[in-house]
Amino acid sequence: MIIPVHSTDRSESLARRIRKHCVQMCHDAGTSHIGSNLSCCDLIAVLYSSILRYDPNQPQMADRDRFIMSKGHAAAVIYAVLAETGFIPEEKLREFCQNGSPIAGHVHSHGVPGIEFSTGSLGHGLPVGCGIALAARADKSNHRVFVLMSDGECDEGTTWEAALFAAQHRLGGLTAIIDTNSWQSYGSTADVLDLEPFADKWKAFRWDVTEVNGHDHQAIQKVLSRPVDPNGPPRVVIARTVKGKGIPHMEDQLVWHYRSPSDEDVRLAQSILEDPNS
Amino acid sequence: MRKAFIESLLAAAKADPRIWLLCGDLGFSVLDPFAAEFPERYINCGVAEQNMIGVAAGLAKEGKIPFVYSIANFSTLRCLEQIRNDVAYHDLPVRIVSVGAGFAYGAAGFTHFGIEEVAALRAFPNLLVVSPGDPIEAAASVTALARDRRPAYLRLGKGGETAVHPTPLELTLGHAIQVQDGDQATVLASGSLLATAVEAANDLAASGINVRVLSVPTIAPLDSNAIQKAAYETGNLVTVEEHTIGGLGSAVAELVATEGLPAKLKMVCIGKERTTPAGGHAFLRSEYGLTADQIVSAVRSLTQRQPV
Repeated sequence: MIIPVHSTDRSESLARRIRKHCVQMCHDAGTSHIGSNLSCCDLIAVLYSSILRYDPNQPQMADRDRFIMSKGHAAAVIYAVLAETGFIPEEKLREFCQNGSPIAGHVHSHGVPGIEFSTGSLGHGLPVGCGIALAARADKSNHRVFVLMSDGECDEGTTWEAALFAAQHRLGGLTAIIDTNSWQSYGSTADVLDLEPFADKWKAFRWDVTEVNGHDHQAIQKVLSRPVDPNGPPRVVIARTVKGKGIPHMEDQLVWHYRSPSDEDVRLAQSILEDPNS
Repeated sequence: MRKAFIESLLAAAKADPRIWLLCGDLGFSVLDPFAAEFPERYINCGVAEQNMIGVAAGLAKEGKIPFVYSIANFSTLRCLEQIRNDVAYHDLPVRIVSVGAGFAYGAAGFTHFGIEEVAALRAFPNLLVVSPGDPIEAAASVTALARDRRPAYLRLGKGGETAVHPTPLELTLGHAIQVQDGDQATVLASGSLLATAVEAANDLAASGINVRVLSVPTIAPLDSNAIQKAAYETGNLVTVEEHTIGGLGSAVAELVATEGLPAKLKMVCIGKERTTPAGGHAFLRSEYGLTADQIVSAVRSLTQRQPV
């Protein structure tokens, strides 16, 4: 089993590599959502380099931590991190969105080791995470359950149904991480359905709330590695992020929810994301 | 059927600690015995059915066998996408239970008519659609579902349904049950109109028309062997259900069409019009043409027609 030891260098290097994969994959497949992928690369990199307990050689290991990518449109980043951590071969990334491939445009668990649950319709991850956390407690298992959501996803009523449920049952083993990049599909979250005061909403739902800069690896690692009380309140980490983070001309631009990276974007990304230590 | 359901579920839960029961804040007095006996495996999820299905999927993913209970549309149409994505696509052993199928809660009005959900659920991958015909079949369905690993929908009446079968039976999911034999037509019934189908068959027998009666407790997957046999041996098929288009009748029509069966078919079901907004169960069945007389007429119209 891999027992993660935190190293900011390692997670930042991983973040650079998965960003490169994301740009390449979205370019090759001609798909959308590069901005949504890039905003959560740092969160994913910290999770897979120092928080989650997993073994790529035993994807179904009983005491693995369960990670559900609820913002299923950010699929490239998950396949990328699975390739980087040895769950799937890197060549598999070239099948992204190709005919007949399980590496689908939204997160797909069937036939892809390391993915817990297929998502893509928003608002499904947190309820399922609640069920997994309940089962863990009933089975006296100490694995944790993480659900990564988008802020736009918090428009969905199911998010708040699950928020009530998790607090009612004090599912302390459950951690929701919200990639709060302030954009949703057709506008800014402030303009479409304003979620603020966001932290206060979760506090009112009786969750343990932390806000963090979602691109600061050390801060993310610190928040996510706090000791867990399995019967305490469920946790939510509101990670303030920038859509398109890491590729300057894509940052904080709604159009990169839709536009596919061009050949030039790929060249630029490869140069910007070059590992300074390599 | 509710009583048969909970008694059978209690027995199954005693034998199998993986069985849980979730409800959407409904089931007053019915579910109490389970809650009392297995408090650690019983959850009232509140009036939040979409979350409830997701929670059940999460439990099932971790090896539990959750039964999820609510009234008619609340455990089905209200959370249809959760059933589609979280349960059916992931092939998880969640048992979605609705009580008050058809017009059982008819006095409560249109919102409480459970008459369209089979059409939607039948289209989903992997999902069994189970609609027992009487309390005996309801009990046997729960026993069978407790042993099965496929996702499933269990459609129950409310209470007071007539027992058609004289004694408890073993039910094989996916198999029809022959209630009586006949050679001039086959009446296929699913759900609690089974008793009405038998009544119609007896009326027809009195006038010299011998009708086979098949109870079809599993609508998906359909027992194609039994239906093909009925088509070849009796030539005339009449489906009976307290549901609109898209249910048993449509499933049988699909089979007749795709297999090219030599059979004439009539569907006794609820039409698309919603003419009467509320009423008692028997009244609404009559208003929507779900009576023994209607079944008799349907059979007669086929047996009196010239063969195709």
